[in-house]
Amino acid sequence: MRYSLLAVVLIGAATLGGCTEGVLDPQGPIALAERQILLNALGIMLAIVIPVILAILAVAFWFRASNWRASYLPDFEYSGRLELLVWSIPAMTVLLVGGVAWVGAHDLDPRKAISSTVKPVIVQVVSLDWKWLFIYPEQGIASVNHLTVPVGTPISFELTSSTVMNSFFVPQLAGQIYTMSGMMTRLHLQADHPGTYPGLSAMFSGDGFADMRFTVDALPNDGFAQWVTHTHNTGPVLDAKAYADLAKPSKAVAPFTYRAVAPNLFDGIVNAEMATDDSSLRICSTSSQRAEQ
Amino acid sequence: MNLLGKLDWSAIPLHEPIIMGATAFMVLVVVAVLGFITMQEAWLYLWREWLTSVDHKRIGVMYCVLALVMLLRGFSDAIMMRAQQAVAAGGAQGYLPPEHFDQIFSAHGTIMIFFMAMPFVVGLMNFAVPLQLGIRDVAFPTLNSVSFWLTASGALLINVSLAVGEFSKAGWWGYPPLSELQFSPGVGVDYYLWSLQISGLGTLLAGINFVTTILKMRAPGMSYMRMPVFCWTALATNLLIVAAFPVLTAVLAMLLLDRYLGFHFFTNDAGGNQMLYANLFWVWGHPEVYILVLPAFGVFSEVIATFSGKPLFGYRSMVAATMAICILSFLVWLHHFFTMGASANVNGFFGVMSMIIALPTGAKVFNWLFTMYGGRVRFSVPVLWSIGFMITFVIGGMTGVLQAVPPADFQLHNSVFLIAHFHNVIIGGVVFGVMAGYNYWFPKAFGFQLDERWGKAAFWCWFIGFYLAFMPLYLLGLMGMTRRMQHYDDLSWQPWLLLAMVGTVVILVGIVCQVVQLVVSIRNREKLRVTGDPWNGRTLEWATASPPPAWNFAVQPRVSGRDALWSSKQRALATKDEPPVRAYEPIEMPKNSATGFVTAFFAVVIGFAMIWHIWWMAGLGVFGAFVTLLTFAFRRRSEIEVPAEQIARFDRAYQAGAAI
Repeated sequence: MRYSLLAVVLIGAATLGGCTEGVLDPQGPIALAERQILLNALGIMLAIVIPVILAILAVAFWFRASNWRASYLPDFEYSGRLELLVWSIPAMTVLLVGGVAWVGAHDLDPRKAISSTVKPVIVQVVSLDWKWLFIYPEQGIASVNHLTVPVGTPISFELTSSTVMNSFFVPQLAGQIYTMSGMMTRLHLQADHPGTYPGLSAMFSGDGFADMRFTVDALPNDGFAQWVTHTHNTGPVLDAKAYADLAKPSKAVAPFTYRAVAPNLFDGIVNAEMATDDSSLRICSTSSQRAEQ
Repeated sequence: MNLLGKLDWSAIPLHEPIIMGATAFMVLVVVAVLGFITMQEAWLYLWREWLTSVDHKRIGVMYCVLALVMLLRGFSDAIMMRAQQAVAAGGAQGYLPPEHFDQIFSAHGTIMIFFMAMPFVVGLMNFAVPLQLGIRDVAFPTLNSVSFWLTASGALLINVSLAVGEFSKAGWWGYPPLSELQFSPGVGVDYYLWSLQISGLGTLLAGINFVTTILKMRAPGMSYMRMPVFCWTALATNLLIVAAFPVLTAVLAMLLLDRYLGFHFFTNDAGGNQMLYANLFWVWGHPEVYILVLPAFGVFSEVIATFSGKPLFGYRSMVAATMAICILSFLVWLHHFFTMGASANVNGFFGVMSMIIALPTGAKVFNWLFTMYGGRVRFSVPVLWSIGFMITFVIGGMTGVLQAVPPADFQLHNSVFLIAHFHNVIIGGVVFGVMAGYNYWFPKAFGFQLDERWGKAAFWCWFIGFYLAFMPLYLLGLMGMTRRMQHYDDLSWQPWLLLAMVGTVVILVGIVCQVVQLVVSIRNREKLRVTGDPWNGRTLEWATASPPPAWNFAVQPRVSGRDALWSSKQRALATKDEPPVRAYEPIEMPKNSATGFVTAFFAVVIGFAMIWHIWWMAGLGVFGAFVTLLTFAFRRRSEIEVPAEQIARFDRAYQAGAAI
């Protein structure tokens, strides 16, 4: 028993020590601020929760029926002062954490651009069955299941879905945001350090969901420029037909890139569901293919 | 073949050994139970005394039995998921393919919420509320029976989906567009929708019944501020049911229209809006959390007061807190999807509103604490569950408030941190609460106590098992693990998932202890026999025999204060008077009725037929249900009179027994 406990503790320590990803190891300003809010709120609440737990145990133990030293107060059922205390302790906690929530909701609104002297890079994200498409409209390139971003540069995301709802999530860089068909959501993040960070879908989307993952490569500026140039020279072109092929359901797709992207493809994807009569935008109505599968 | 709609032999998944094994086991158990009943020649007894009973106590017990059986079903789903995630690390795919894993987590959530937690709390309310109010039955006894049987119908349909066809793969909330015909063409979502529609109707009827009962039928002298707190929480819960369940019915009906008649409420094309579903679903879904947990709060209030030998501390503030939660619960639904991209003002508002609910809840915890203060706390099984609840629930409440902070939620939403949180409050709150209630009221229902030793063993296994199973999930959530993953690459998650698996096994041991507790208690029932008032109770349910007679109280109780029984016991001690001579009168009791059972039979027929598109059968079912209604509406007699002599005989025997 003792050894098994020791083993658990050791495994735990090793895992935490080797914990190089996740919410607790932020690598950008947004994730850092979110972790700070998380810890602040947790701290405020622990200050009250731990004493309460101890008090519950102490009171229950001391007033056990077999303890004849404890006083018995069979009529103790109301005290105005205690009532005031009983309501004001949680009220103060709620006031504090509520303030954190209100201010945090505004400061870290996913739609709010990151203030920076560096011009942001725009990335358009499309969740497909079951992979991620990243379009760089300014660079005119695209990649699948692999996101490359420059370090120290705000990245401005426009997101949508070609089929069901997914949630775009890179825990070390920023919180998640839904991708929804026919709608566009916004998210801003920034990587402060070069590195490779895992990204995933956080909203269950069907059979291939578990493999709906991607890696984020944060490269120094020149490295990013090189990657853009390199991508321009290799791979297929993402036009309506290529997109229709890509949109067919597939699982665990290995990352690859497109050297060019048809202009306004993303807008077409967002608006396709609105204008189903327009045959030129039919590229997105691939969802029925999944039903046939 | 057209005659059977979409149904044919391929609907039975013969090629799936796990499903077929589970089905075979289920069939075996059902055959064994039916065989046992036949052997005991108990069919007539069962039909007369239980299946057609409109007695609120019997119906309450049947609700609880249904919940316990469904707990076993839902738990086997849980342990399968834990086992899958314990092994499917790195490149491994585990033993469950995605299309099976997806059904299991969907079924687990649906069953545990709708067919375990709901029937259990409704069952406890059914059993205890009329007794606590000092009345003979609920306002509409036959409707009560219909409610129960409709719930049972839903549970039956969900279990049929295991063997015939498939269950939903779209999660227990069935978000479109994933649950639309386009992406879920199978019958799984239809099973989900029809079983929830049928059982939801039952729950709504139960809600109407209980609101009426509590508002209109209390014993003479029992003003609102003299009601036991459990009745207050029951009132709040049933008001929530009446206000929230129609929303669920409407939103599921809209999805049904999408799937059956080509409507476009939530579709991707033709102007459908998926977030409309999410909003409506959680307008029901968040009150649902309080529908479940408020009665549990009520149980804890009764248990802690009784076993501390003290009145509940701050009764008025408890009542105020309960009603405040009742209203606030409708103002927080959006916190289930802060990440849909609403504006900062919207997120901020719903974040703060969600936290405000912690205020009355926190006040309640302090009130329970002060109830124990100055008491003589007897650590019986219900008290262990209650103290276990208080500790566990404040942790769950804290992680809940944490996720009410929108930026923190962006990171924690849909992660296993969220899973840990809501199991923390639903196991720690609702399950611990119904277990406390089960151990507390069992002697009242059956006249003998449950075995204490096995009960304590069960509690400790559940308590420790819960922490082992869910604390690792908090950590995994922070490490970036999202929910519903059939497999994962990150090997550093695996040790924690193995630990969670160990915790689940410990909970399993706890469940086994509970089964043993029940069996041992039934065997030793003669030794465990109790009188009407085994716990030195405070409220009226302990003022009558255990089990209570069909008419509950031989003489109508008159209430002159809070804790009606306790104060009358104190008075009797103080004055040492002979109890007044009791004047017995004949009592009108509602007659048994097969309406509930027959209605439910037709509800199953309708549900099954609609799921498989067997239109003629659905029509037949509707016709049958209508005829049942007419038959009930034109019944000759609905009540029978119990003669005064019979009541007197029973009551004198009980009084004589209690005096010893």
